[in-house]
Amino acid sequence: MALLKDAMTEPSDFPSPDRRTPLTRRSLLLEGTALVAAGPWLALAAGCGTPPEARRPEAAARTVPHREAALAPADFALVNRIAWGASASTAADFNRLGRATWLHLQLDPHRYPRLPPDAQAQIDAMSITTTPFEALVGDMDALRRDSDAKAKEASDNAAKQAAQQAYQQALSKVAREAASRSLLRALYSPNQLQEQLTWFWFNHFNVHQYKSNLRVMVGDYEDRALRPRALGKFRDLLIASATHPAMIRYLDNEQNGAGRINENYAREVMELHTLGVEGGYSQKDVQELARVLTGLGVALGDKTPNLRPEQRALYVRQGLTEFNPARHDMGDKLVLGQSVAGRGWNEVLDELGRLATHPNTARFVSRKLAQFFAADASPPTLVDRMSTAFTRSDGEIAATLAAMFDSPEFATTLGHKFKDPMHYVVSALRLAYDDRPIRNAGPMLGWLARLGEAPYNRQTPDGYPTDESAWASPGQMAARFEIARAIGTGSAGLFRAEGESADAPAFPRLASAFYYESIEPTLGKATRAALDRATSAQEWNVFLLSSPEFMLR
Amino acid sequence: MQRREFIRRGIAAGATMPLAAGSATLLAAPNAPARVLVVFLRGGYDAASLLVPFSSNFYYEQRPNIAIARPASAADAALPLDPDWGLHPALRDSILPLYEKKQAAFIPFAGTDDTSRSHFETQDSIELGQALKGPRNFQSGFMNRLAGVLGTRDAIAFTDQLPMVFRGSVQVPNLALNTVGKQGIDARQSEIIVAMYQGSPFGNAVSEGFAVRTEATQALAGEMVEANRNAITAKGFEGEARRIGRLMRERYRLGFIDVGGWDTHVGQGAGTGYLANRLGELGKGLAAFAEESGDAWNSTVVIVVSEFGRTFKENGNRGTDHGHGSVFWALGGAVRGGRVAGEQVAVAPGSLFQNRDYPVLNEYRAVLGGVFARLYGLSPAQVQQVFPGSTSKDIGLV
Repeated sequence: MALLKDAMTEPSDFPSPDRRTPLTRRSLLLEGTALVAAGPWLALAAGCGTPPEARRPEAAARTVPHREAALAPADFALVNRIAWGASASTAADFNRLGRATWLHLQLDPHRYPRLPPDAQAQIDAMSITTTPFEALVGDMDALRRDSDAKAKEASDNAAKQAAQQAYQQALSKVAREAASRSLLRALYSPNQLQEQLTWFWFNHFNVHQYKSNLRVMVGDYEDRALRPRALGKFRDLLIASATHPAMIRYLDNEQNGAGRINENYAREVMELHTLGVEGGYSQKDVQELARVLTGLGVALGDKTPNLRPEQRALYVRQGLTEFNPARHDMGDKLVLGQSVAGRGWNEVLDELGRLATHPNTARFVSRKLAQFFAADASPPTLVDRMSTAFTRSDGEIAATLAAMFDSPEFATTLGHKFKDPMHYVVSALRLAYDDRPIRNAGPMLGWLARLGEAPYNRQTPDGYPTDESAWASPGQMAARFEIARAIGTGSAGLFRAEGESADAPAFPRLASAFYYESIEPTLGKATRAALDRATSAQEWNVFLLSSPEFMLR
Repeated sequence: MQRREFIRRGIAAGATMPLAAGSATLLAAPNAPARVLVVFLRGGYDAASLLVPFSSNFYYEQRPNIAIARPASAADAALPLDPDWGLHPALRDSILPLYEKKQAAFIPFAGTDDTSRSHFETQDSIELGQALKGPRNFQSGFMNRLAGVLGTRDAIAFTDQLPMVFRGSVQVPNLALNTVGKQGIDARQSEIIVAMYQGSPFGNAVSEGFAVRTEATQALAGEMVEANRNAITAKGFEGEARRIGRLMRERYRLGFIDVGGWDTHVGQGAGTGYLANRLGELGKGLAAFAEESGDAWNSTVVIVVSEFGRTFKENGNRGTDHGHGSVFWALGGAVRGGRVAGEQVAVAPGSLFQNRDYPVLNEYRAVLGGVFARLYGLSPAQVQQVFPGSTSKDIGLV
């Protein structure tokens, strides 16, 4: 979609064409290894045509001994679906724990997952980690006032622009940190299912980073509102989303006050977050729910509103979120056929809770989860199972997902779901740099922007589509191959930390033991034939990442 | 052999091409070269700010803060088009000149009978162009069916994803114009990749994707040397619209683009402000498209649509909420313009739909069916293929 006056897409630069020398493929692979030998993962110079047995000694230098990561096709398909794409280290976890325990731990993840030290260190150094959220928002607001004041005093347009740019750039830097953190976790967290769900829920409860100052808020929204509840109760998720300043601001509920109704959030929470568009609500219900939600807003700074004595007890403040009784419509309402006594904050929580546990919500959320994790057109029997589990467990996401994973329908969908761009890019990088954490997620952000699915960048509240027809068009496929090329032929800036000038001169080694043991058996004839035509190790990578099999999960 | 030529020959030879069922009527259309570009304003733009009902006191009562001033009453007042309607002042230099040349018409009270007031539901239903009642096929959009009826594959979406309106049995490519010209996959590699997809359900998309990129790169190669056309420096939507103009002129007959940023719940402004800036950029882009189209403009129709209009009364935040009837635009040398067309009603308290929004008197399927019928000489049966179950209504736009 063309966005007017919008400069949100990142330019992505692709390396110049690789030099091609008329060598045999085998010698090229070896030469490539010699050129780039910079880490133990590169010691895997497996020749494409060599049988697996012959390669065993070469693989010994790997972090994950290759046998530990060998997956049978059915297990490969499962890991590839539950994780953001299969990788040797996730495969090794799966083998070590066994299917049942691994799945169980995915559904009930450790609260503080251990990331590789290099990845964790990057997250630890971010301002979103070192500065508490409320303080960070305060800092940015101070910077805004400062920029505005400077812009006012500025004598010419250039100085005016420079003053305002300082604020905009600071906001963008914070959002970029959040996106980088999210991608590092998608790549390297052992809690792969939780990470997929974090993305899923952000997309479900979508906000757009370029509205107002949301760039300073999206990271906290994702990390403190959604991630910890991603496998918990849907009611908690809904309330965490509804009461986070990012959502309150994005869907204008901070403008929603008694006598000055703004129905934007009220409509979308029923249409997109809970009941679904055919969930049985009317325009009147939208208006009445909007009245219920009056007074829920955002408060910066320490000031509390001037309230009449009887209203003071009804005032609620949690972080930057406030419930202001003076702006709340205390009259009675009628929502979805039930009368609601006007009483303030609890009225808001109760009505959100009622929406969260509504039977139509159980269905709508189950169908959407099935669409994301199983198939675009999921069998009704699968959605039935999931809605039943949702209702029985009082809306627990883990139980709903367990019902899906255990179902006979789920197994038949494995390997047939088309990857949306996020799945495509992350799975490629998980394969390429499994045991060597990237140092700069910027190139990934560029690729995602080019493919139209950059983090926090969906402008509308419906979130990105995740079905095949949205992403398998000619233009998308052509762009995807370009990105396969960027990933396959070089390090693309992924190892150039911000502020450094030198990138590690490497390209990934996808022809690994994990490839030969777990991926190659799943490839069709045409793909194998194409791989055989590669004239360099880089080109071989490009073909593998361009193959029809790699488009699916 | 060029791809286009190949397609023509394929058709002439009766080769089985992946065309829609309507392909039997191939080349029957007398005015075959006509071009149609559909511009979808996603978010439901505030039509009452575009086409200002300045003769209505009710309009000024209902919008104390956001109404566009009566003509000549202020510097940023509405530009009078006829005794009742005025144009938003942000379009003074772009769309007003087209209107004066009788190359622009506006259709108030236009839209769909879908009353969900949901952006997504309504956008989908318009793009599908199917009857509101009964089962829907989400893989069949009306522009795709039009391509099928016209027997053309010269259709393209200028978007980074293939929009619903172009999904269907005719393979239609999409191309985001900001990525043209950055190709790293060479001819040999693309040939190998295409071979990998033989027999795959994505095979057509893959070969089409490579073909379209190559063609677009060639068609746009000229722009780099024609600096006087401002193509290099034009940024944002205007730059994109210029490229679309060039590609439509050179290569395509059916096009689609969407433009976002219209969901103005808060602080939309009036003669100036947020919405004025958006309309200004849109107008500039469409005027640039017209200029870039050259002679092809005479056989071009640009149709601007949006999923719904907004509430007639302003809300508590100097904005507007989701409404119903909208205003569509028709631009082009082939348009009978310089007028406000279609069925109308006085803008007064009694005429609002559900006491809150513009009603829909010009249903989009009927109106567009009428345009396509006239433009391409389609039979009623062919119009039925494009808009099944709809009765086309010719309001004389072309």
